[in-house]
Amino acid sequence: MSIILDHVNYIYGEDTPQAVHALKDICLQIPDGQFVGVIGHTGSGKSTLMQHMNGLVRATSGHIYYNGQDIYDADYDLKALRGKVGLVFQYPEHQLFEVDVFSDVCYGPKNLGLDKKEVELRAFDALRKVGFPQELFYQSPFELSGGQKRRAAIAGVLAMKPEVLILDEPTAGLDPKGRDEILDQIKELQTQTGMTVLLVSHSMEDVAEYVDRIIVMNQGSVLFDDTPHQVFAHYKELEEVGLAAPQVTYIMNALKENGFCVDTSVTTIKEAADEIMRAFQ
Amino acid sequence: MLRDITLGQYYATESVIHRLDPRVKLVGTIFYIISLFCFRNAWGYGAAIVFLALVIRLSKVPFRFMVKGMKSILFLLLITVVFNLFLTPGEVLVAFWKLKITKEGLVLAVTMAVRLTLLIIGSSIMTLTTTPNNLTDGMERLLRPLKLFRVPVHEVAMMMSIALRFIPILLEETDKIMKAQLARGADFESGNLLKRAKAMVPLLVPLFISAFRRANDLAMAMEARCYRGGEGRTKMKPLIYRKRDYIAYLVLVIYLVGSIAAGRML
Repeated sequence: MSIILDHVNYIYGEDTPQAVHALKDICLQIPDGQFVGVIGHTGSGKSTLMQHMNGLVRATSGHIYYNGQDIYDADYDLKALRGKVGLVFQYPEHQLFEVDVFSDVCYGPKNLGLDKKEVELRAFDALRKVGFPQELFYQSPFELSGGQKRRAAIAGVLAMKPEVLILDEPTAGLDPKGRDEILDQIKELQTQTGMTVLLVSHSMEDVAEYVDRIIVMNQGSVLFDDTPHQVFAHYKELEEVGLAAPQVTYIMNALKENGFCVDTSVTTIKEAADEIMRAFQ
Repeated sequence: MLRDITLGQYYATESVIHRLDPRVKLVGTIFYIISLFCFRNAWGYGAAIVFLALVIRLSKVPFRFMVKGMKSILFLLLITVVFNLFLTPGEVLVAFWKLKITKEGLVLAVTMAVRLTLLIIGSSIMTLTTTPNNLTDGMERLLRPLKLFRVPVHEVAMMMSIALRFIPILLEETDKIMKAQLARGADFESGNLLKRAKAMVPLLVPLFISAFRRANDLAMAMEARCYRGGEGRTKMKPLIYRKRDYIAYLVLVIYLVGSIAAGRML
């Protein structure tokens, strides 16, 4: 049970003078239940890669296997796949269209052909899971605040009960408080349900605390694919491709260079604080 | 999905045709279209083809690129040909079942196909070699005399350039929303007409909202920069005729007179 990408290539606008090789020979395996951060600069191919996972974009060459089945097989049911691999786009609130939040969240499960009762149960459940306040269920989605809209849109995908949840920059355009709330909620969701989560971001800070594994994309290729500790150890190379390690990595490295005996592989503020306390004792 | 529309999209390159004043290209296109409708024999079309080939050569836009754009109107072309071929009365050449092809029909169908193709390729050269902004500038300048009749020429030109500017943006937006709804299990392709129309609602509502949002933002940005319509507005790059533009006009007049003379007299 996993997603496997086997030598996936994707070329935008093939046969035109403006052809762009967006993905170059990507080989990845994403096992069940993992919380993966996908990081890369704008235009590094991370969003394109995510759209391959549920068959929205078809690779120019290569294969993608979901639970051992090739999704490019002629008789493979792509619609069913999209129910299992939920993809939340960037600025998902731009896809809201119904008269009230609840009916909008119902749209996904309804498309799966479930009966009305099951659809509503799932919608209710999904909205609760993302921490959407119950008194706003029947509000027009266009009258909500940015953060609430985002929650409603994420619930819209969650209501399909996907086995894999992909979030493309779920915190873009939110204030720091809204960002932390959404990320905490996603982490809680992941630990509760054990679903596979892929979190796309261009900020190391965002993902460092939450994920088990980081995939760094650069110009269409996978640059690093490892645990956060290992990836951040390459902070100098990360800087070269226009990314940065979390602030704590810099602090710890600076401390070490100045003769303090600290472990530089910590990734979160809490770990760093503990490590510094230990070093000073 | 929707990126394949190349008909009339600006093709960025350096050429004499690209550098011409947009007014010359506008007038030239109009002359060219008029000439196509004046011909009565093959000589005129021959002249038009030669002229067109010359312009294409000078414009440095690959011919392959233009033909690719033609694909989208192939269907229209086909309908015209079929209707003319089978429905023109006259001397019967071939007849089977209820259909008959007449000599007049054959001639008319070929003429129509040639004329339409020349028309579309010819006018697409204008948009292929002129940026939308330049084009509307040229149009504004050419239509300026209409101001005497209280036609808001500047405003119309501004609306046109904004509309043109927004086509690619809205196409991209449509593509994005379509994908987002597909990810939620939407199905735009199966079912009967009514079902398909209903399936478009989740696409159209967000698209309209986003169009209104963008329009609002743009209006705000324009006002913030003190836009107040055409009154007293000057241009950063005013249109000025140069030597090559006068030469182009001369060539155009020669073509118009020459081809119409050939097309009607010979």
